[in-house]
Amino acid sequence: MKTSIAFALAFTALALLAVAPLILPEYWTGVLLGMTGYVTLATAWALFSGPTRYVSLATVAFFGVGAYTVAVLNEVLPYPLVLLCAAGIGMIMALVVGLSTLRLAGVYFVIFTFGLAELVRQTVSWWEVNVTYTMGRYVFLPFEGHHIYWQLLALAAITFLIAWAIGRSRIGLALKALGDDETVAAHAGIDVTRIKLFLFVVSSTIITLVGAIQAPRWTYIEPSIVFNPTVSFMTLIMALLGGAMRLWGPLVGAVPLFLLFEWLSGRFPDHFSIILGALFILIVFVMPNGVLAKIDDLRKGRQS
Amino acid sequence: MLEHLINGLVLGGTYALVAMGLSLQYGIARIMNLSFGDTIIAACFATYILFSSFGINPIVALAIILPASYIVSLGVYRLMMEPLVKRAPDEGALEVDSILLTFGLLFVIQGCLLVIFGGGYISYSFMNTPVSVLGTLVSGNRLLALVLSLAIGAALVIVLYRTRWGMILRAVALAPKSAPLFGIDTDKAARMAFAIGGTMAATGGVVVSMFQTFTATTGVVFTMKALIVVILGGKGSVPGAIVAGLLLGLVETFVAAYIDPGLTLASVYTVFLLLLLVRPNGLFGKA
Repeated sequence: MKTSIAFALAFTALALLAVAPLILPEYWTGVLLGMTGYVTLATAWALFSGPTRYVSLATVAFFGVGAYTVAVLNEVLPYPLVLLCAAGIGMIMALVVGLSTLRLAGVYFVIFTFGLAELVRQTVSWWEVNVTYTMGRYVFLPFEGHHIYWQLLALAAITFLIAWAIGRSRIGLALKALGDDETVAAHAGIDVTRIKLFLFVVSSTIITLVGAIQAPRWTYIEPSIVFNPTVSFMTLIMALLGGAMRLWGPLVGAVPLFLLFEWLSGRFPDHFSIILGALFILIVFVMPNGVLAKIDDLRKGRQS
Repeated sequence: MLEHLINGLVLGGTYALVAMGLSLQYGIARIMNLSFGDTIIAACFATYILFSSFGINPIVALAIILPASYIVSLGVYRLMMEPLVKRAPDEGALEVDSILLTFGLLFVIQGCLLVIFGGGYISYSFMNTPVSVLGTLVSGNRLLALVLSLAIGAALVIVLYRTRWGMILRAVALAPKSAPLFGIDTDKAARMAFAIGGTMAATGGVVVSMFQTFTATTGVVFTMKALIVVILGGKGSVPGAIVAGLLLGLVETFVAAYIDPGLTLASVYTVFLLLLLVRPNGLFGKA
């Protein structure tokens, strides 16, 4: 498919999605909102973790920091500035994590990100209890569901554009080499650590913004709500199902899984995480490279 | 001061114990097990049930839980890990696959515990009588926990360093590719290492449950601490795990006592960060 046609198609889809809340009932706007949030999270996650194979388990750490920044600053600063602050904080946090772990073997990064959400949650709770004497904050912003949805949709579009642009740039080329063999890539003159760091910061900043934009949905925010580990888990499972190595992979994974989870969490709220875990294990076994790669394999198998 | 020192050693002893288990699983079976802490918590709950519902003393419970956890871990390895090991083209791929798989397993175990026991804090009172040690009072269950950790840890060290069977395990950890040339069945060694690792986790769980409150969701924190101890001590180093475990236990206890109990995890992370900056291969690791 030619690039211009693909762009036209993507733009049409985006326009249709943008007018959807004007036609659809309130409930479905909410579903679309959540779905767009997860599509963005999964795409941003795959932006870094797909090509580098560094599994980041810290999605909710950044997501929660974004949401919490909005909760703290929404009455002090105008909204665009609040978003900017959230992005800045996410970026700095990603730089600290990245600079200390990304020059080492991948497993250090995984370990560090594994506990990061819990660390941030406990530290924020401690700070609120001992320093500011508040537990839980309110977000009063004049947004309805569709306003948040439009912001998320714009962020999703930007994320796809970034992912697409990176794929076509020199960095994308370097990433392909890096994914194939890191040592060879380093010898070919690629600054491996700097590329990983760049991608991690971009990906984390987007994730922070998703949290920040979604914050007004809750109205009431406290650390245990916004640092819910299920968010990291759902992002990971969606990106993996679709295939983290492809531009559209996370989207293909996120849409059906979000609908499934929406249905499951309503029907089996207590057993939700068991089902989620079991499904995840199944995906790791059956299609470790994602459903798109699986379809390609099947097609090739039929031809030969 | 002395009281905190002893409490720190007790906590550190259990960390060292479970970290040795994690080190076996990662160093020999090459499985990065993120559900390790949930194995510990599952054992905590098992001890709690045996003690409060059946009146079985935790030390006797050990005799039931240890064989059970060995069998369960062996089953988990056979059923879930072995297909991944067979499929993986190289070590890196196995690492990623095992991280993902055990991350899923974490949610399954945690979900099951939440459904059965709910999300509340659980503890039981066993040997909660103060004992005088060097002039300060320490509760009996903590002392027992320290003695148990030391005894079981020492037993593992003796097995690893003084028996032929331990030598086989160490050989696989050191040179997984060359070990088969000496007639070592690496698959079998990996299987056993994983199962023993799981048993160590369960032991740690029984010991921890005697003196600490726990919830169904604290597994993540245990995994995190065990992982940090393994990295801190140097991958695959048993003496390293012991020193690092004790160090971490002491740091945590002193931070909780003199600064703030809410900052223990932050202090653990600070230790981890400092280590990554100064000695990424661990205290006892080789470059």
